[in-house]
Amino acid sequence: MEHGSFKDNSHATFTLGEEDHTLANAVRFVLNQDPRVTVGAYTIPHPSLESVNIRVQTTGDPAKEVFKDACQELMQMNRHVRSVFDKAVTEYKAEQERKEKKAAEELQRQRELFGSMDIESN
Amino acid sequence: MATKEEKRFAKNFNINDLPDVPTGLPPHLQQTRVVSKSNPLTANASYVPSMGESVKLGNFYENFKVDVISLTERDMEFDMIGIDAAFANAFRRILIAELPTMAIEKVLIANNTSVIIDEVLAHRMGLIPIAADPRLFEYLSENDQPNEKNTIVFKLHVKCAKNKTRQQVLTSDLKWLPNGSELLKESGGSTSKPKTYTSFSCSQDSLPEFANNPITPSDLQILIAKLAPGQEIELEAHAVKGIGKTHAKWSPVATAWYRMHPKVDLLGEVEDELAERLVKICPKVFDIEDMGKGKKRAIVAQPRKCTMSKECIRDDDLIELVDLGSVKNHFIFNIESTGSLPPDVLFTEAVKILEAKCETVLKEL
Repeated sequence: MEHGSFKDNSHATFTLGEEDHTLANAVRFVLNQDPRVTVGAYTIPHPSLESVNIRVQTTGDPAKEVFKDACQELMQMNRHVRSVFDKAVTEYKAEQERKEKKAAEELQRQRELFGSMDIESN
Repeated sequence: MATKEEKRFAKNFNINDLPDVPTGLPPHLQQTRVVSKSNPLTANASYVPSMGESVKLGNFYENFKVDVISLTERDMEFDMIGIDAAFANAFRRILIAELPTMAIEKVLIANNTSVIIDEVLAHRMGLIPIAADPRLFEYLSENDQPNEKNTIVFKLHVKCAKNKTRQQVLTSDLKWLPNGSELLKESGGSTSKPKTYTSFSCSQDSLPEFANNPITPSDLQILIAKLAPGQEIELEAHAVKGIGKTHAKWSPVATAWYRMHPKVDLLGEVEDELAERLVKICPKVFDIEDMGKGKKRAIVAQPRKCTMSKECIRDDDLIELVDLGSVKNHFIFNIESTGSLPPDVLFTEAVKILEAKCETVLKEL
């Protein structure tokens, strides 16, 4: 829901229902990184109501477009986070497997060494 | 009636002029007051509302790094470097409150002669973590019929025999019923086939994920109730999908938290006796470095282990030499899963959920 003025579409307040700090703070952060934005802020009118108001004021561009761009950017950042995280996890798991294999081989080698040192079998 | 002299006396009276009134704190109290030189408001200010100085978008894609420190089936510790606190908090909030899980919602009690009353027993059943991937199930809303796609049915039937001692009812006594509910609904005297409380069209056993992999609670040693000889519990429990926001039983993490990486700097040379003292106060973080010729120096060996107890700046001499703070944009994340999904999958799902939220907002605009 957008509350703005018909004459000046560079200033608007967006009301999101069923949202809270989780999304609002993240969107606010991305919004403030945009150089076109002069005011990027959010408030929660009452904690018992699940609703968030995000205020966007820009240097001329329509607030709706700027807000949409911010959401798109947020989605891209999330995808990036996911890919970096997945890569880090697969690398870690591969490293763990390598270490386990090395440890198992070392154990096997030690067992063979002790086995060959058995005097009675010679 | 106050006389003129009395009024004048009251106006000019100053309690500090009396001979017995002390002017400051007595000496034994003065020395123990520790005054921190740093401003408490900004000293550990990790999140400073910035005009672009903490994380710039362009740099984000280049600088963002993730380092996995440890990863087991239940716990995970990893570092996220180059991200803003708004994101770290968003992920933490989603992990705790908005990731779906399966948990017992309806408990149909046929017989309960134990000392645990029905509602308390049902509450405890709800809190039992269930090792089932919630992505394989759908939500059950009010108008839906419980079927094999949105419900998991468990049965609990334990009786303590008369000649035995007190018996424990553990989660290992919960039996999974892949064919759905076995309790019959009372029909109005009709002669058709009796209906049960769920309508499973096919057995959950036949699904590939559960074929040789029965659904059980994540931990089989959780104590549900205790039975004395002669007591019996017979009930059926239906588990459905939900999120932590509705009720904490649906939270997939024991907890998830993050802390900022500590920044411990020595502002000057800490030598010999002072170095020994510093290392004695906090051996976790500081260490002695021998410089030869009997001289010793303190160095910051493991800043990661700092717990921000501020013991090192209690001392008058050390307070000027140690600078304590947090590294902005470096978050040490811990995720403890309750067993439904491994922690790395949980985090990936949390990020997906944040993406989905953005999509919903974009669609409405």
